[in-house]
Amino acid sequence: MAEKPKVATTSMAGCFGCHMSILDIDERILKLIDLVDFDKSPIDDIKEFTGRCAVGLLEGGCCNDENVKTLKDFREHCDILIAVGDCATMGGIPALRNNMSVKECLDEAYSTDNRKGPAVHNPDNIIPNDPELPLLLDKVYPVQHVVKIDYFLPGCPAPADTIWQSLVALLTDEPVELPYELIKYD
Amino acid sequence: MSENVTLTIDGKDITGEKGQTIMDAALANDIYIPHLCHHPDLAPYGSCRVCTCLVNGRPQTACTFPISDGMEVENDTDTVNEMRKQIVEMLFVEGNHYCMFCEKSGNCELQALAYRFGVTTPRYPYQFPKREVDASHPNVWIDRDRCVLCARCIRASKDVDGKHAFDFAGRGPNRHISVDAADGIEHTPVDADDKAVQVCPVGSLMLKRQGYKIPIGQRKYDHEPIGTDIETGASKKQ
Repeated sequence: MAEKPKVATTSMAGCFGCHMSILDIDERILKLIDLVDFDKSPIDDIKEFTGRCAVGLLEGGCCNDENVKTLKDFREHCDILIAVGDCATMGGIPALRNNMSVKECLDEAYSTDNRKGPAVHNPDNIIPNDPELPLLLDKVYPVQHVVKIDYFLPGCPAPADTIWQSLVALLTDEPVELPYELIKYD
Repeated sequence: MSENVTLTIDGKDITGEKGQTIMDAALANDIYIPHLCHHPDLAPYGSCRVCTCLVNGRPQTACTFPISDGMEVENDTDTVNEMRKQIVEMLFVEGNHYCMFCEKSGNCELQALAYRFGVTTPRYPYQFPKREVDASHPNVWIDRDRCVLCARCIRASKDVDGKHAFDFAGRGPNRHISVDAADGIEHTPVDADDKAVQVCPVGSLMLKRQGYKIPIGQRKYDHEPIGTDIETGASKKQ
């Protein structure tokens, strides 16, 4: 039997809701396992690519330097990249910070000056700066602003049927044609 | 007695009255021309360009262009719909359209047009402009993130409500809805039952305490594309 095509997934500036939506295909997940193997993905906890993948599913927007590396890694290892969900396709909720500076965001979250960030006990006013932490970008970018994306599945989350139909179409060499009710932005 | 005018839309002969716009003649003949700034109760304005048709081969806005004898209108064709799709995509990237938490989602005409044209994401880069919210009024609020500058509220407030509470300020990318008061919409005579508030096609001018009233699955555009009621003649029976 020929080797099954591989699928990789990742969640960047997202809420994992779109990954929940992947799992929301219910019993069809058994059919999916017949069709594909999962490579790098939080679903199987494989951290690095083990080889060439047919499809990469991208959840979340691009908000930091680690996301940029992830996107480039996915583009390099996947034949087809699919932006899944509104955060990936338009920035989504994280992009609400795009109209303020990174400093304003961090101050709001961590600073105790001017009684900002009241929920944080941070008497020394430290903004997290460990070199291990990814650096935030000036804005949250839709993934197509960073690497070439082949397909877009909007929705918050992208509906399970939308993900399922698109994946099956791609894996069986059929065109991805979504009916009216499967393109939704909410 | 009104004078009849005969024209074709997508090759179909239709009859209208002299002085009618292409939009009005089409609506009277159950032909849907996608539109956003046009509203049947308001004077034509022609700002959004979504109703662009090819009129004798040239792009014109159906909502402002008067019909004439022998006119050939191209409406529901791949070329014209592709132009409209691009216009709708531009409207999305020019504003901040967070459909995922917008109370208008499912009933929004901009979103419905994108659904009808099968937009999965705009082909243009997002601008993420900075836009102001005005929630000072007890019953009505403005979220300019969602505004598409259709001027429906301006026309309705001026011509129907007789208040002229809204108008445009700024130019080019800075153009925005301004209210007729220095310190917010609460100091205008705007009321919750104003026509201006009812006609907003998007979630920009909204009534407070009405959010998410209709469950997902029962909203206007959940199952049928915008314009279906016109194409099936259902809008006339209401």
